[in-house]
Amino acid sequence: MAGQNCLVANDWICGEYLRSRSHELTEATVQHIWITAASVLIGLAVAFPLALLARRGRHFAGPVLGLTTVLYTVPSLAMFSLLLPLFGLSAALVVTGLVLYSLTILVRNILAGLEAVPQEAREAATGMGYGPVRLLWEVELPLALPALMAGLRIATVSTVALTTVGSLVGKGGLGNLIEDALPSFFKAQVLTASVLCVLLAVAADLLLLGAQRLLTPWTRIRTSAGASGVPGIAKTEAG
Amino acid sequence: MGVIAEAWTWLTTGANWSGDGGAAHRLAEHLYVSGIALAVACLIALPVALYLGHVGKGGGLAVNLSNVGRAVPVFAVLALFMMTPLRNSGYLPTVIALVLFAVPPLLTNAYVGMTEVDRSVREAARGMGMSGTQLFVRVELPLAYPMIMTGLRSAAVQVIATASIAAMVGLGGLGRIITAGFNTYDTAQVFAGAVLVALLALVVEGVLVALDRLLSPLRRRRTA
Repeated sequence: MAGQNCLVANDWICGEYLRSRSHELTEATVQHIWITAASVLIGLAVAFPLALLARRGRHFAGPVLGLTTVLYTVPSLAMFSLLLPLFGLSAALVVTGLVLYSLTILVRNILAGLEAVPQEAREAATGMGYGPVRLLWEVELPLALPALMAGLRIATVSTVALTTVGSLVGKGGLGNLIEDALPSFFKAQVLTASVLCVLLAVAADLLLLGAQRLLTPWTRIRTSAGASGVPGIAKTEAG
Repeated sequence: MGVIAEAWTWLTTGANWSGDGGAAHRLAEHLYVSGIALAVACLIALPVALYLGHVGKGGGLAVNLSNVGRAVPVFAVLALFMMTPLRNSGYLPTVIALVLFAVPPLLTNAYVGMTEVDRSVREAARGMGMSGTQLFVRVELPLAYPMIMTGLRSAAVQVIATASIAAMVGLGGLGRIITAGFNTYDTAQVFAGAVLVALLALVVEGVLVALDRLLSPLRRRRTA
């Protein structure tokens, strides 16, 4: 009986809510995860060629960096509204918007990582007969990986948070639950969805941090305090 | 091209700017909320970051904590406030949500700027007999200044863009123009609202870049 009462009394924390709406919560969480994952993966696939293009010279770098920065100033609310005529009320709309946002962070960090590759490493590889493709995949990319992963972590965490705004078109994962609960002041639902959202972001961040450690074992040899992604964040925010 | 022309018409129609729901009032609300949030965020983040950077301790924890702030969706924070009596307190919910949002870039950049001050420069200043305060005011602060301003700029742009989310829970700001247009399928109005917010962000960024040039502590010495 006590469990029933917390729904009636509109408590912040309600075990009965978790029990009776677990299906709804799971569905929203799954939608949240796949929208975020799709956005970040597509964002990465688009950002990489853009960063390579920007690296080719100043007349490419200016427009690429300028355009992705301007995209970032468009408020998410407006972005989703403006994409509406193109996509209708679909998840593709939310994913497209989130991809466009992730580009700013990803392009900057990939570019910063590639530009930080020591010239000697490049020359040594070229001297050993590496072609441009092999140079990129086997020398430059691994060396740029810490900066890339730092960017990926920021982009993923921001995307998890931004996905909630997708509830504007009914495809916001946990954001949908928050939006639905607003008119009736359903406290338990707003709090549960918000907490799940933060937990998702933290879990994704830790997962990527683990992946980064596995992929770049050599960075752990240097035990300097600044090696834990802080420089990457600095680069992202620069300019 | 049709939408752009219609949005231009919307923006140049005087009636859309006047009144309580007009663009002029929404713009004022937006600037007011963003300005206060940014000022409060600076008052919280900068002393903490500068102190930790000066002492050289505990910064990793502060930076990680403030990164958790990035994970908190502004929409969820606003929705949580709307569940409490705070919903009747005007712009306060928006301001608090935006402060939480603006602290991470400010804190991270200021701290990184402080820690990137060359150790040998610090030691030289100490060797010249500078006290801790002198070292902070005359060496560390001027050298960290560019990073602090970078953080301020990115925080300002993000706060202005994000302040529009307040409209999703019915609070004021330029976002209301967008949601009103969204609800009435008025794409021109949505576009006009989006342009206004983006323009505001770019203008503020421009002003801050100009201020940065004017105030930069290194600029004068270099030319002298």
